[in-house]
Amino acid sequence: MPQRESPMQSEMLQGTLDMLVLRTLVIGPAHGHTIAHAIERGSEDVLQIEHGSLYPALHRLENRGWIASFWGTSDNNRKAKYYRLTPAGRKQLAAQTTRWEEIVRAIGRILKPSTE
Amino acid sequence: MNWRRFFRRASWDRDRAEELRSYLEIETDENIARGMSLDAARRAAHLKLGNTVRIREEIYRMNTISPLDTLGRDLRLALRGMRRRPGFTLAVVLTLALGIGANTAIFAVVDGILIKPLPYPDAGELVSIEHVAPGLGVPELRMSPSQYFTYREEGRVFRYIGLYADGGRTITGIGEPEQARSLILTPDVLQALGVAPQLGRLFTEAEMTPGPSAPIPLILSHAYWQRRFGGDRSVIGRRLVADSNPAEVVGVMPQGFRFLDMEPAAEVISPLAFDRGRVNLDNFGFRSLARLKPGLTAADANADIARMLPLWLNTWPPSRFTGGPTELEKWRIAPAVEPLKDEVIGGVGDMLWVLMATIGMVLLIACANVANLMLVRSESRRHEFAVRTALGARRGHIAREVLVESLVLSLTGGAVGVGLAYAGLTLIVRMAPATLPRVEDISLDPRVMAFAVAITLVSSALFGLLPAVKHAAQLGQPIAGAGRGASASRERQRTRNALVVVQVALAVVLLVASGLMIRTFQALLDVQPGFATAVGVQTARVWVPPQQVREAERALQTQHDILDRIAALPGVKAAAFGSAVPLEGPIRVVLQAIVVEGVNVEPGTTPPLRRMKTVSPGYFGAIGTRMIAGRDITWNDIAGRAKVAIISENFAREVWGAPSAALGKRISGPASATGPVWREIVGVVEDVHEDAMHEAAPTMVYWPVIMENFGGNDVFFSRAINLVIRSDEAGRESLLNGVRNAVWSVNATMPVFLVRTMKDLYDESMARTSFALVMLGIAAAMALMLGVIGIYGVIAYVVAQRSREIGIRLALGAAPTQLKRMFVRQGLVLTAVGAGVGLVTAIALTQWMSSLLFGVERLDPPTYAAVLGVLAAAAAMASYVPARRAAAVDPVETLIAE
Repeated sequence: MPQRESPMQSEMLQGTLDMLVLRTLVIGPAHGHTIAHAIERGSEDVLQIEHGSLYPALHRLENRGWIASFWGTSDNNRKAKYYRLTPAGRKQLAAQTTRWEEIVRAIGRILKPSTE
Repeated sequence: MNWRRFFRRASWDRDRAEELRSYLEIETDENIARGMSLDAARRAAHLKLGNTVRIREEIYRMNTISPLDTLGRDLRLALRGMRRRPGFTLAVVLTLALGIGANTAIFAVVDGILIKPLPYPDAGELVSIEHVAPGLGVPELRMSPSQYFTYREEGRVFRYIGLYADGGRTITGIGEPEQARSLILTPDVLQALGVAPQLGRLFTEAEMTPGPSAPIPLILSHAYWQRRFGGDRSVIGRRLVADSNPAEVVGVMPQGFRFLDMEPAAEVISPLAFDRGRVNLDNFGFRSLARLKPGLTAADANADIARMLPLWLNTWPPSRFTGGPTELEKWRIAPAVEPLKDEVIGGVGDMLWVLMATIGMVLLIACANVANLMLVRSESRRHEFAVRTALGARRGHIAREVLVESLVLSLTGGAVGVGLAYAGLTLIVRMAPATLPRVEDISLDPRVMAFAVAITLVSSALFGLLPAVKHAAQLGQPIAGAGRGASASRERQRTRNALVVVQVALAVVLLVASGLMIRTFQALLDVQPGFATAVGVQTARVWVPPQQVREAERALQTQHDILDRIAALPGVKAAAFGSAVPLEGPIRVVLQAIVVEGVNVEPGTTPPLRRMKTVSPGYFGAIGTRMIAGRDITWNDIAGRAKVAIISENFAREVWGAPSAALGKRISGPASATGPVWREIVGVVEDVHEDAMHEAAPTMVYWPVIMENFGGNDVFFSRAINLVIRSDEAGRESLLNGVRNAVWSVNATMPVFLVRTMKDLYDESMARTSFALVMLGIAAAMALMLGVIGIYGVIAYVVAQRSREIGIRLALGAAPTQLKRMFVRQGLVLTAVGAGVGLVTAIALTQWMSSLLFGVERLDPPTYAAVLGVLAAAAAMASYVPARRAAAVDPVETLIAE
C-alpha cells in the first residue's frame, strides 16, 4: 500500500510535478519516457521519481487542457504518445513559476534572515 | 469529471496501456544500448516504471462517476438475484404487470375520452348550445332556427354559431340506391370547428338560402369518397341525385375528420337552408354548436343568451302549435351552454372515473402483495445483510440495493404491463363502440406511456420502501441472532398482517362495487321492456320519396304493398310498420301536446307533452307489445279514416285511473286553428321502455298511419317507416335478402337501411351497464385473487416459522385438528379486521357510483352479505391449505432438525 501523505503535502508535491512536466514541454513536444528522464536529468538526479507516477499526472494535465497528446514515432522507431504544451498550459506554467518563486523567496528569507 | 469521459473510459484505458507499453519498449531499447541483456533490460524497465496496473487503476478512477458505477453494480446484483429466484420473480412481475397493465389500459380510455381535447384547433373555445324549459316538463330543449338567427345577429360572444341535424339521404346515380348517413348543417358549423376540406370547398353563405333550381351542394366524407368513388380526385363537380333532387359534389373532408361523436359517421354533408320569411318561434329540433371569442367561457355565453331570449321572443312570428310570446314565456326557457366536449362525452365520465378508481385500488392491492413477498424474501436475507454490515457495508448502501432491486422488478412488471395494456385496450375498443364516445381517440400515446412509467415508479416506491426501511432499521443486530430473532420477526409479522388487512379491505370495496353492478344488471334484466327480445323481430327502415310518389294515399299504398310482399316471405309470422321502434334514440322522439276531452287546460298553458308514434295494424302483435284493453287499429279504420287512437297503460292510469276506463274516451292532437279534433281511444297497450331499461316508460299515444285534419295538416302521414317483421330468421341474410327484394320489387330506387333486430337494439341499450359490469367484475376478481394470495402467503409463512413449535406441540399430544383450527382462526381474524375496515370504506365510497346503479340501493344488504360470504369462504380456503401443512408436520423430524 502506498504511504498516505497529508493532503497539503501531496497537493504541494502534485503541483510541483505538474510544473516540472509543463516546464519540460516548453522546449517542444515529448513522450512520457523523455519527460521522465528529462526531469531526472534536469534535477541532476536529485528528484528520483517513479516513472509510472508520471502518467496519472499527464492524464490529469491533459484533462485540464494544459497539454494535448498525439501518437507519433520515437527516435528509435517505436510508437509513442507525444505531449505538447497548449496555450492554456503555457499560461499556467508562468503563473505557477511565479508563485513558486514567491514561495522559495519567502522560505529563503525565513531560513537565512539578514545575511546581507 | 464529465459524462463523455465516463462512457469513454474503457477505450482510454486501452490507450494508457499502450502508452505504458511504449515506455517499456523505449526504456528496454535504451537499457540494451547500455549493454544489458534483453531480460535484464526488460526487468530494469519494469522496475523503473513501477506497477502498471496500479497506474491504470488510478487513471480509471479519475474518470469515474461513482454513484453511477455503484448503480451499475446494484443493477447487476438485482438481475442476478431475480434469475436465481424465478418463482419469486415471476410472482412479483406478474402481479405488478396485472396491476400496472390494467391501470394503463383504463387510463388510456380515460385520457382518450375525458382528458384529451376534441380533435379541432383550439377546441376549448367550442361550446354546445341547448336550453332548458322547466315550464314545459322536458329535460332539454334544443334550438329553433329563429333562435339561431337572433343569436347569430345579436350575439356578442360568438365568433361562429351554427345549427345542425343528422339524418339520411338517399343517394342515387352511382350503382345501387343507397341511404347515406348524412349530416345537415349551416355553413358556419364547419367554420366554427375550424376544419378545411381535403378537396374542393366548404359551403358558402349563399347556400344557406334554399335556391329554387340550383343543385344541392354535397361534401363527402373521406371514407365515403374512397368507398363509392375509389378516391377519384375528379369527383368535385360530379352530379348525383340526393332524395330525388339534383345534387353536386363540392368538397371532400380530410381523412381524420369526424363530426363530434356522430356514430355511425356521416358520409355526406349538405347545407341546412332556411327560408327566413317562413321561420317562426317554433321548431326546436336542431342542435347547435358555437366557437366563442377567445378568452370567453360557457358562463359568458349563458349570460349573453339570457339577454337575447326576450329579444328573440318579440322578434319572430308566433307558431300555430306553440303560440306566441305569452305562451312561450310560461315555458321559462333558459340557456344551457356547456363545453362541446362535455356534450360529446355525455354521462360516461362518472363510470370511467369509478373504473379508474377501482383499478387504482387493484394496483394498491398488488403493491401490498409484492411488499409482503419482498418482506418474506428479505427475511431469508437477514443473515446475509448482517454479515455484510459486519464487514463494513453501510445502511444506506444496503437500503439502496433493496430499492434498486424493487425498481428493477417493477420496471420489468411495468414493461410486461404495458404489453397487457395494449392487448386489453384492443379488447376494450372492440367491445366498446356502442358504449363509449370518442373511441377513435383512445391510444397508447406518450401521455399514457408517461402515466405507465409514473405508476411503475410509484408502485416500486410503495412496495420497495417498506422492506428497505425495515432493513436499515434492523441492521447492526448481532449476526448470531439473525437466524431466530424472535422480537424482530414478530414486529415484521405485524407489518405483514397490516398489509393483508389493507388488501382484504380494498378487495371488499371492489367486491361490493361489482356486486352492486351485478344487482343493477339483474334489475335491468327484470324490467319488462314492453316488446319481445327473446323471439326474432327484424326491423328495417324505408322511405318513400315525395319526388317519386307525391300523394300520401299512394305513398301509403306503396308501404302497404311492401308489407304484403314481406308478409308472404317464407318464415315471416307477422309484419307491420310504425314511424319508429323503441330504443332508436332521441332522433325519433316526437312530442305532442295532447288534449284530453273533459280535462280543462288552464288558459295560456300547454297540455302535457306526450310521445307519439304512428303504427300500422298488427304493429303491437309483431313487436310483442301486449294489448291490455280494447282492440287494435284495423285497415278498415284506416281506409275509412276513422278518428281512433291507442294509448299506453300509464297514460290511461294517469288520466282515468284504469286501462279499461280509458276506452271510448276522446283525445286530440295539437289543437289547430279550428279547435281540437277528437279521436276515440279504442285500445290500451302495455308500457314500453322507449329510451332505455333504466328510464321510466313514457306515456304514449299511437295514431293510425294516416290521418286527416291533424295538427294543422290536412293529411298527416309518415313517409319514413320502420318495418317490424317477426320471424325466426331475424338477423339472417336469407330474410334480409327477401326483405330487400320485396321492397325493390315495389320500387327499385328505394333504399333499405338501419337493418337491425330488436335484440340488437336491446343489447346496445344495455351495453354501458354491461361494460361497467365486466370491467368492475374483472377488477373485483383480481382483487379477490390477490387478497386470497396475500392471506395464503401470511399463514403459510407463519406455519413455516412456527414448525418447531408445532412439532413440539404435536409431540406433547396436541390434536392436529386443533392446530389446523388455530391457523385457520388466525387467517379469519385477519380477514374479519380487513372486512370491517373494507365495509366502512365501501359504505363511504359507493356514493360515487350511485349514478351507475339502477333498482338497487347502494347499501343493498344482500350484496354486502354475499360479499362477506364469498370473502369468508375464500379466506377460510386460503388459510386452510397452509394450516393442513402444519398438521402434517412430523414431530420427530422437527425435533431432530433442531
